[in-house]
Amino acid sequence: MPLNDSYGPTGRETRLLGKLRSLNWTLVGLITAVCCIGFGLLYSVAGMSLEPWADRQMLRFAVGVMIMIGIAVVDVRWWFQLAYPIYGISLLLLVAVEFVGRMGKGAERWIDVGPLQLQPSELMKIALILALARFLHGVLVDDVSRPTRLFMAVLLIALPAGLVLIQPNLGTALILIVGGCGLIFLAGLSWKIILPVVALIVAAVPVGWEFVLKDYQKQRVYTFLDPDSDPLGAGYNITQSKIALGSGGLFGKGFGEGTQSRLNFLPEKQTDFIFTVLGEEFGLFGLLILMGLFTAILYQGVQVALDTRSQFGRLVAMGVCLNFLLYILINTSMSMGLIPVVGIPLPLVSYGGTALLTVLFGFGLLLSVQVHRAVDIPRSAAALI
Amino acid sequence: MMDGRESVRYRAFSRRTAILSAGTAGLFALLTGRMFQLSVLQREQFATLAEDNRVNLQLIAPRRGRVYDRTGVELANTTQNFRVLLVPEQAKDVRAVLEKLSQLIPLSPNRLERILRDALRSKAFNPVLVTEGLNWEDFVKVNINAPDLPGVKTDMGELRSYPFGPWLSHVLGYVAGVTDKDIEKEPELLSLPGFRIGRSGVEKAADDALRGKPGAQQVEVNAHGRVIRELGRREGTTGQDVVLSLDMEVQKVAQEKLAGQSGSVVVMDVTNGEIISIVSAPGFDPNAFTGTISPAIWKQLNQDELKPLLNKAITGIYPPGSTYKPIVALAALASGAMTPRDRVHCSGARALGNHVFHCWKRGGHGSVDMHIAIKQSCDSYFYECARRTGIEAIAAMSRKFGIGQTYGLEIPGEKSGLMPDPDWKRRARNDSWRDGDTFNVGIGQGAVLTTPLQLCVMTARLANGGKAVIPHVIRSFGGVDRELAVPEDMGLDPAHVAIVHGGMDAVTNQGGTGARSRIDVEGFDMAGKTGTAQVRKLTAALRGRNSDSIPWKFRDHGLFVAFAPVKEPRYAISVIVEHGGGGSKAAAPIAKEVMTVVAQRDPARKKYFVPPARTAQGLVTKA
Repeated sequence: MPLNDSYGPTGRETRLLGKLRSLNWTLVGLITAVCCIGFGLLYSVAGMSLEPWADRQMLRFAVGVMIMIGIAVVDVRWWFQLAYPIYGISLLLLVAVEFVGRMGKGAERWIDVGPLQLQPSELMKIALILALARFLHGVLVDDVSRPTRLFMAVLLIALPAGLVLIQPNLGTALILIVGGCGLIFLAGLSWKIILPVVALIVAAVPVGWEFVLKDYQKQRVYTFLDPDSDPLGAGYNITQSKIALGSGGLFGKGFGEGTQSRLNFLPEKQTDFIFTVLGEEFGLFGLLILMGLFTAILYQGVQVALDTRSQFGRLVAMGVCLNFLLYILINTSMSMGLIPVVGIPLPLVSYGGTALLTVLFGFGLLLSVQVHRAVDIPRSAAALI
Repeated sequence: MMDGRESVRYRAFSRRTAILSAGTAGLFALLTGRMFQLSVLQREQFATLAEDNRVNLQLIAPRRGRVYDRTGVELANTTQNFRVLLVPEQAKDVRAVLEKLSQLIPLSPNRLERILRDALRSKAFNPVLVTEGLNWEDFVKVNINAPDLPGVKTDMGELRSYPFGPWLSHVLGYVAGVTDKDIEKEPELLSLPGFRIGRSGVEKAADDALRGKPGAQQVEVNAHGRVIRELGRREGTTGQDVVLSLDMEVQKVAQEKLAGQSGSVVVMDVTNGEIISIVSAPGFDPNAFTGTISPAIWKQLNQDELKPLLNKAITGIYPPGSTYKPIVALAALASGAMTPRDRVHCSGARALGNHVFHCWKRGGHGSVDMHIAIKQSCDSYFYECARRTGIEAIAAMSRKFGIGQTYGLEIPGEKSGLMPDPDWKRRARNDSWRDGDTFNVGIGQGAVLTTPLQLCVMTARLANGGKAVIPHVIRSFGGVDRELAVPEDMGLDPAHVAIVHGGMDAVTNQGGTGARSRIDVEGFDMAGKTGTAQVRKLTAALRGRNSDSIPWKFRDHGLFVAFAPVKEPRYAISVIVEHGGGGSKAAAPIAKEVMTVVAQRDPARKKYFVPPARTAQGLVTKA
């Protein structure tokens, strides 16, 4: 039984201190370690210089960690209450981005809020976890597979995923759909439904290829299957990334010695292909250390989920873990030429403020679940009103 | 304290979590295997690729499109030339390398400073231009010494060239290097060494079309970054060829006739606004601007009294003088203030208050009607005509003819000139409009200001019977004709137009002020109007003096506008000779020569040149 009633309200001051003391600092430490690897790599690809990437990323991390801990000490019931409003706002922003979105790398994904650049699709990654967890919290295992309940859950995923897909942002849509389905799976969806659906998806691949994928997305698949067909265009990235990774060998060329990245052969080296830089400079050894840290973080996350009393908390924790895992799987497979190029950063390592904040925000929620793991939330509370 | 259903839920959740974790472990094992495969099993292969032969991707500058005249004469093209480049990152000590280089080829201290500045500004791996236009001997010298010059590269670049030099300087403009501001817009392309973009004229207006898209080449480089061989190449898209509406033969004649003078000629097809010739004299050699312009040439161009850098055809503003009278006549007819038969007595001068308004003819013209007034350019008639019509009606008619506005010509920099009216005077001079102002406007003096382009448009719109044609010089981009709007109808009464045409016909063909400039080509008689714009107020002492005895810069501007043929007008022309004296003497003869060539060539009726399709390598060879 994952029950531990040590948590109890005793005055405001001590409560905050108590929360901070019970916080999973191991997890915070692991996250910081991964980010530090990121800082080092950004320093290296800038030609051993803090500018223009490492310094800014450190600043964002400092702010992000504070936000993360701030989120962690907020009572998980608050997040339970806020789940639907946050989801609603995110959905509205996603619609708004269709109208006022501004062009960034050929895809409309940004919206300006004063001086901030907001990426509603990033916000949605968090919002979907919260909303889905809250909805499924009110559904018993046997009811998950009922058409009405299942329809609602699928709708919660399909609305934002559809909006993100027409932006078009294939990577984020993929994370929303797979992450969302993962939560329904965890809530106990019957195998009688899972198996036929999987079969249907396999059958639908040719149809999707023909009617859903845009030309540039198809092109990525073509060049993935045969990178040499377009060595100067899209295949260039894959080829260069493999060369960089492969030439790193067991222990790499050394810090700041990665010729592929230093001499600018490698595109997007500070964002999408930073995993490659790690491989070139620190070799298989460096890659395994990073994968080890990632595994440790995921292990901690799963432990939090298994140790939590409310179904909402468990699902939020696993949702965050699933998202984190998908980022890692997609980015590393892409860097190693296992899947076509998709614009997904390596979480906590790649340069980029929005992605870093989203991931830290997610871990903030996971930690909030962890701190309040003993809090019980009645099943009936999941009803909308 | 968990109820039964909650424990069922927890057990299901743990089971599923275990399944997911197992799946994740499997995927991580797969990834680790891939890492092992790449960095251990295939290490040799990739290490070789990365270390020995580094494969680099370089942008190839697109070829700039050519510019042709309407018959296919090349007006701007690109020539190959030998260049020397420097990659700062590979040079390590840029100054030392340049020092060595300057012992091989001539490099001025100015140039050295410039290269050092470029090297600092650009990214270390981007080559900067050291010099270009090298002769073969110097080029070989640099190549032989290349091993001692780290970071120095040689290649073939392109240089823009303008075969007609000063004759088209104001139309074509020129290209020049990019500034930091430009680079922000298109960083990759514009930081190519020696890349140039249009800075004025058609080169600037059509820059996007002419520029093209860059290609890329994959090259093997050795440890010093020197290219060993080319692996692959994706050609860029050559810039589009641009065909202008100009006829180079007409342009040449106009240019020759203005030689040694300061002035402007504009010739236009009155049916569609296509400009056949647009000349501002003197010109300058745009070829001097594509490289680095020498300070001496720059200084000389700037100090020249004839102002060669000014495009007078579109930026020179002059009082239209008597060339404006046909518009005043039309305004009078349209408003009903005058009928063609109304006569005005000209005694040579007319008093208004305590001011005397003179006619150019001292003894006066006697009794004149509209036809004679236009033919003889009688000032007294047009004082009265303007007085009866009123400034508002004249201004409204003038605006229909395009005075006081710009047209968005594909040569940037048009000036709008000025059509004065009471409103303007209140705003600009804080003074009320007086009858004397109207008198002055009546003869095209006072505050009315026009450009030679506007005078030509005015004449074209008059010639075609009131179709508001818009002037333009570009016919097609990449062989595709531009779409032109059908000119708006200005709503003139054909009978009024006929009267004015008749008066202008008489100017040249029936012994009027332009009689000496009559055209003798059968079926191509020219109707015109002379004009003289005062540069400063005439004093009694100067009046009637031979203009040759007045200092050059105080002499009147000579103007002439005309269209031909009279029966079926097709071409309009405006000529301005700065400080040339009277229009009949200075400007009309030039118009006659130019229009005679136009008559012989009749460019508007010839088929347009269509540039051949081209690939990045050059012309498509026909099978």
